[in-house]
Amino acid sequence: MNILSESEQIPIAMESLGVLVTYPLFPYLEQELLRRGCHLLRLYHSPETNHLAFLRANASSICAVVCDTHVGADAAMIDALPGLEIVSTFSVGVDKVDLVKCKERGVRVTNTPDVLTDDVADLAIGLAIAVLRKLPAADRFVRKGAWKTGGYPLTTKFSGKRVGILGLGRIGLAIAQRAEAFNCPISYHSRSRKPHPNYKYYPSPLDLASNCDILVVSCALTDETRLIINRAVIDALGPQGVLINIGRGHHVDESELVSALVEGRLGGAGLDVFENEPDIPEELFQLDNVVMTPHVGSDTVETSMAMADLVIANLEAHVIGRPLLTPVV
Amino acid sequence: MDKIGVLVTHKPLPYLEQELTRRGCRLFRLWESPESCRLEFCRENSSEIRAIVGNSNFGADAATIDALPKLEIVASFSVGLDKVDLPKCKERGIRVTNTPDVLTDDVADLAIGLTISVMRRIPSADKYARSGAWKKGEYTLTTRFSGKRVGILGLGRIGLAIAKRAEAFDCPISYYSRSEKPHPNYTYYSTPVDLASNCDILVVACALTEETRHIVNRAVIDALGPKGVLINIGRGPHVDEPELVAALVEGRLGGAGLDVFENEPHVPEELFALDNVVLVPHVASATIETRTAMADLVLGNLEAHFLKKPLLTAVV
Repeated sequence: MNILSESEQIPIAMESLGVLVTYPLFPYLEQELLRRGCHLLRLYHSPETNHLAFLRANASSICAVVCDTHVGADAAMIDALPGLEIVSTFSVGVDKVDLVKCKERGVRVTNTPDVLTDDVADLAIGLAIAVLRKLPAADRFVRKGAWKTGGYPLTTKFSGKRVGILGLGRIGLAIAQRAEAFNCPISYHSRSRKPHPNYKYYPSPLDLASNCDILVVSCALTDETRLIINRAVIDALGPQGVLINIGRGHHVDESELVSALVEGRLGGAGLDVFENEPDIPEELFQLDNVVMTPHVGSDTVETSMAMADLVIANLEAHVIGRPLLTPVV
Repeated sequence: MDKIGVLVTHKPLPYLEQELTRRGCRLFRLWESPESCRLEFCRENSSEIRAIVGNSNFGADAATIDALPKLEIVASFSVGLDKVDLPKCKERGIRVTNTPDVLTDDVADLAIGLTISVMRRIPSADKYARSGAWKKGEYTLTTRFSGKRVGILGLGRIGLAIAKRAEAFDCPISYYSRSEKPHPNYTYYSTPVDLASNCDILVVACALTEETRHIVNRAVIDALGPKGVLINIGRGPHVDEPELVAALVEGRLGGAGLDVFENEPHVPEELFALDNVVLVPHVASATIETRTAMADLVLGNLEAHFLKKPLLTAVV
């Protein structure tokens, strides 16, 4: 008979759990894993060329992987870790985890949905207003003293503009809810029609782009949605249209996007993600109708802590044989 | 409106100038005179001037009104009338109109836009991205907007529009106003300090009057505190600016989004180094759609007056 109560059991359940950490962790998450006695193996301490060797050398200790949008868990990594039981990603997107391989191997996968929905939706709306009202550019104008010699040029109204959402999942719905408060008519494209009488469904991204003023990318990145924003969609959005990308860089044909913006064929863009982060095409730096943020969609203290708690709770549940909280596989 | 003399105090929207001219008005361009010559300019042309089109920078003060004995109407290209001497107009029988409603959405959008920009550090993160610093490291964590308590000073058209938007972000709404309003979902506080003590984001959205000058003073700033954020889309003089600057520089206030300043176009330079402050040059209604609608309202009011029809948006 176990003499410890359940609440006393849980903290020690993760003791000596070998966890591969692929990228520097949010300090609170690292602290909490260590406090519970996990044995952390830091992949990022090795140069990339050495990664497979590091994995093989430590394979017998590694039971879990904690990864994120920078470095996930690909097939090669999973193959190198025969003792791997669970991958917990510090993100809602699982495009960097080889789900097929995990399924095959019986490796569980968890992500961090819901806790970050509000932050990402807030950023989408924040970027939309910042682009249409040129807030960063107006702020730069003030800080360089230009107001003394003249006013800032007129911009364009956000309220009432047609908002088109690619992907009406948790994040897409949260964006829609917010945009509605600004009297924005909502339309969307998604793999299937959803039961939302107030939101207009379009059967293709092109139709959606032709019928909205602000197009927001908020679907998962999969083989089908890679480069979903291509030249045709950009043309359909047009010289008064604005693209907001809080999805993944690979959703967009970045070189087409850049030339459309530079040539004035697209009205503006608010971008939190890029094809090859942390590199950003420098041609965008001169443009006042573009707002760029360095992949900060869920990067608030509150949300990072909630995401960390979810990673830990999932790992704990796995170790003590309870149902995972947010399984993907 | 043929041959009516209209004093335009500021460089107008081209569309407005065009339309006034097209209707046959004779325009007297006050902003083209150096400040010291303006009263003289008014006197020289006083036999013709029957209307003033003013704005938030230059309206119609007592001296200007006194210099224009034929003045019948002041149509302000703004909703705020702090630059129009309303008692003097009343005394002289001069009508006064403003531009309410058409600009409500833009101003509310800016209030929310500034709030998200301050809390999520959008301009600062944009600057970080443009500088190439991302290659060396991640941007710092910021703080969530959704769910934060929003306190609104003044629950008029603009205050209500801000509340409606903030509610969609699950922000609990509270307010201070001269009197309690019938809004069961919004918590009323009877003083600005109480409001500031009980919210995370304080938005100034009331009219500027003698009572509301410096309504955001040291006590209110202290009550808002090191995690609190001030958003000013009202008027610069609503805020004790030196106190605000000191609080921000010393970290006693968490951040600020400012569209207005005590002495525009001058902005305290101590703010330029701060990442938790967003500064914009009085642009709350400065979209092409809204300025055109405001111009139409000014034209509509002037036309109604000279055709002896009821004014569209009279204040006096």
